[in-house]
Amino acid sequence: MKVETKEQRFDEPDNDGIDRRGFLKCMAWAGTGALCVIKGGVLNSYAFGRVAGMRSHELQGDLSFVQISDSHMGFDKAASPDVIGTLKAAVNKINALPVAPAFILHTGDISHLSKPEEFDTVDQLLKSASTQDVFFVPGEHDVLNDEGKQYLERYGKGSQGSGWHSFDKNGVHFAGLVNVLNLKAGGLGSLGPGQLEWLEKDVQHLSKSTPIVVFAHMPLWSVYPEWGWGTEDSAQALSYLKRFGSVTVLNGHIHQTMQKVEGNITFHTAASTAFPQPKPGEAPSPGPMKVPADKLRTLLGVTDVNYVRGKHSLAVVDSNLV
Amino acid sequence: MMKTRARMSGVAILLAVLTAGPMPNILAATPPANSSSEVAVKIDNFSFSPATITVPAGTTVRWTNRDDIPHTVVSDDKVFKSKALDTDEAFTYTFTKPGTYGYFCSIHPKMIAKVVVQ
Repeated sequence: MKVETKEQRFDEPDNDGIDRRGFLKCMAWAGTGALCVIKGGVLNSYAFGRVAGMRSHELQGDLSFVQISDSHMGFDKAASPDVIGTLKAAVNKINALPVAPAFILHTGDISHLSKPEEFDTVDQLLKSASTQDVFFVPGEHDVLNDEGKQYLERYGKGSQGSGWHSFDKNGVHFAGLVNVLNLKAGGLGSLGPGQLEWLEKDVQHLSKSTPIVVFAHMPLWSVYPEWGWGTEDSAQALSYLKRFGSVTVLNGHIHQTMQKVEGNITFHTAASTAFPQPKPGEAPSPGPMKVPADKLRTLLGVTDVNYVRGKHSLAVVDSNLV
Repeated sequence: MMKTRARMSGVAILLAVLTAGPMPNILAATPPANSSSEVAVKIDNFSFSPATITVPAGTTVRWTNRDDIPHTVVSDDKVFKSKALDTDEAFTYTFTKPGTYGYFCSIHPKMIAKVVVQ
């Protein structure tokens, strides 16, 4: 009897959905990790290749922080057999930044299977980062089997509901949202009425010139609903943010970098520190994309966000791991 | 050794049953007379396959995850609910009452399918 494995199936050219042409397109596209700068509330992005050529004062601000995402600790399949190594590489990237970040945001899927030892490993690896201040939101892989109970116990201190929370840093207001629980058949990510109510109240006292950063695991914009890459009640959440001059939304989940500007809101999705996923619709499913080992780290990444208070600028730097 | 062989032959019989006809759903609709029959649904590429199966009451359905990513099997009205199934893990549920049971993956809710029990 033949036991079919994912690895074997990926070796069949018709089964991974990625032909050579598509694969090269992914490579070219993934190579364009981006640096984004908001000036006067407007976000500009620069291909990552240009960041190395930038002077450190261009990256300097009153506040800089890093976003990492989708570590999937515990994943051991062919698409990325060394998620410990790639998270370590991400931490090394963080520690090598010309400006030490004030804190780290992890936008979920810390673990692959919500196992205690997976969370422990990530916590341990992050201890070697230059900052010990880490803020989390859960991914769907972090709340398996227990509706997020373990996640809350580990990371939910001071949070509301299923783990949503907000904080202020150097005049920037941050809100971490949870959109991976109570998902409905056929639906997308979900914030739910309780969280929406909280968000509305959370931002109503802020002046409209306050820069807002919202972070959540699943995209808060419709990246590709066919694959569930969106959040069904995100429009309601974003409506509370319309009066602000500068709103940045940071997400993970789709294991690739994407950006979009809509009115006053700039959306970013971060790469994974573990394994890449295909471009929307370019594979039969959003499962892990298997790429040659020497190319893998070019598709994984860290996002460095740099807010310059005096100049009203917020920079988002997406860098890959090599 | 005996135990392993016995289990392997059981799997072989099941596979033979499942691959005997032209269409999976037709197969599922005509299981062997044995009342403790089992029908397999594969979870692969973020979908349940076959997406619809029709089985007589008393049938056990076995869902096996062939993806690199965990999935769950959760009925719309919470009649059955699996834990997260890692790669190659399986979940079974025996349908005793006739009816249509819609279900989905609670981690990837775009994955929807149904079991029709006659």
